[in-house]
Amino acid sequence: MAHISASIYTSHIPAIGAAMDLGKDHEPYWQPVFKGYEFSRQWQKENTPDVIILVYNDHATAFSLELIPTFALGTGEQYAIADEGWGPRPVPDVIGHPVLSSHIAQSVIQDEFDLTLVNKMDVDHGLSVPLSLMFGQPDAWPCPVIPLAVNVVQYPVPSGKRCFELGQAIARAVGSFDEPLNVQIWGTGGMSHQLQGPRAGLINREFDNDFLDHLISDPGSLSKKPHIDYVRDAGSEGIELVMWLIARGAMNDVAGGAAPSVIHRFYHVPASNTAVGHLILENN
Amino acid sequence: MALDKPYKDVPGTVIFDADQARKGYWLNQFCMSLMKAENREKFKQNESEYLDQWQMSEAQKQAVIDRDLNRCIALGGNIYFLAKIGATDGKSFQQMAGSMTGMSEEAYRDMMINGGRSPEGNRYTHEWEEK
Repeated sequence: MAHISASIYTSHIPAIGAAMDLGKDHEPYWQPVFKGYEFSRQWQKENTPDVIILVYNDHATAFSLELIPTFALGTGEQYAIADEGWGPRPVPDVIGHPVLSSHIAQSVIQDEFDLTLVNKMDVDHGLSVPLSLMFGQPDAWPCPVIPLAVNVVQYPVPSGKRCFELGQAIARAVGSFDEPLNVQIWGTGGMSHQLQGPRAGLINREFDNDFLDHLISDPGSLSKKPHIDYVRDAGSEGIELVMWLIARGAMNDVAGGAAPSVIHRFYHVPASNTAVGHLILENN
Repeated sequence: MALDKPYKDVPGTVIFDADQARKGYWLNQFCMSLMKAENREKFKQNESEYLDQWQMSEAQKQAVIDRDLNRCIALGGNIYFLAKIGATDGKSFQQMAGSMTGMSEEAYRDMMINGGRSPEGNRYTHEWEEK
């Protein structure tokens, strides 16, 4: 049977991707950010999974206002890197895992989560920056990736509770897949940031660290945090953090198993307009 | 019955909800068109002419020409769509975000390096009205 071995959480700030692509990652401004991922890259090398389920959001790239799916699961064989207005990032295309994807779709939809299924979409920095942070700059990504795009652009976005429950359904789906695959699930976006209006630039260290604490030890109560608390305390774009609850919901302890081990935790302000948060939790 | 929108009470913030999306549909779709290099060129050559091809209000067109992102957002624009105008102009996301705060580019950058804008005094609209 397939199993989820670990969940990884990280911000997906576009400027981080640009810093890597332009060779600026050794500049003093960026050094502290990348230092926080040094351990993770080494750990990931030693613990490369067979498949990654990568929860992220599209930033008006594959989905315009013509179509706004709340949860869109990639079931395709391959996903091209999007041109977001500056030309596509010089990183490898993303190879999917259609067999596991279709199994997840079959299971999760029958588990009452009405997913949208996508066979063709370009993926933007929301998906590619986390891969770059964890894998550096390889010629090909070391394993297949199943994208799960969540609408956090147009309100109402899904509730934390719904996200947390979706993660649980995904864990059940993975657990019923016959091949013995080692699967990681990643939650990306956040942490506190606001990119719009006169309040742009909002950062809330206290909120972010409290979020990390609860994500580790009490995700069930964290999942009940209402949207308005994210908006008011973590900025209008801080709402991306609900996506972390999908990954957290897929961990063993939520289904009655043992608590996960905290392998790594990192927090830094700023990267461009945003607080960077990062966590690795390993299932026991 | 009116739906509950508690986020109306957050200062300096417009939440892009289904109502805003309805108002800003063509403004945002115009922005999407700038993801193609050929359209960026056409827009740069003659902004008014390019904007006239879209079913946008005159106020929306003017806000784009003025690069007044706060006004664009009030008229239904969303920052991830509007970012494509910034990309066309060669502006970074930090320059765009900073332009909406009334701060200079340098002052905004310094604020971020020093830990960003504090949530203290910035949570409720009445906190700004009393300033």
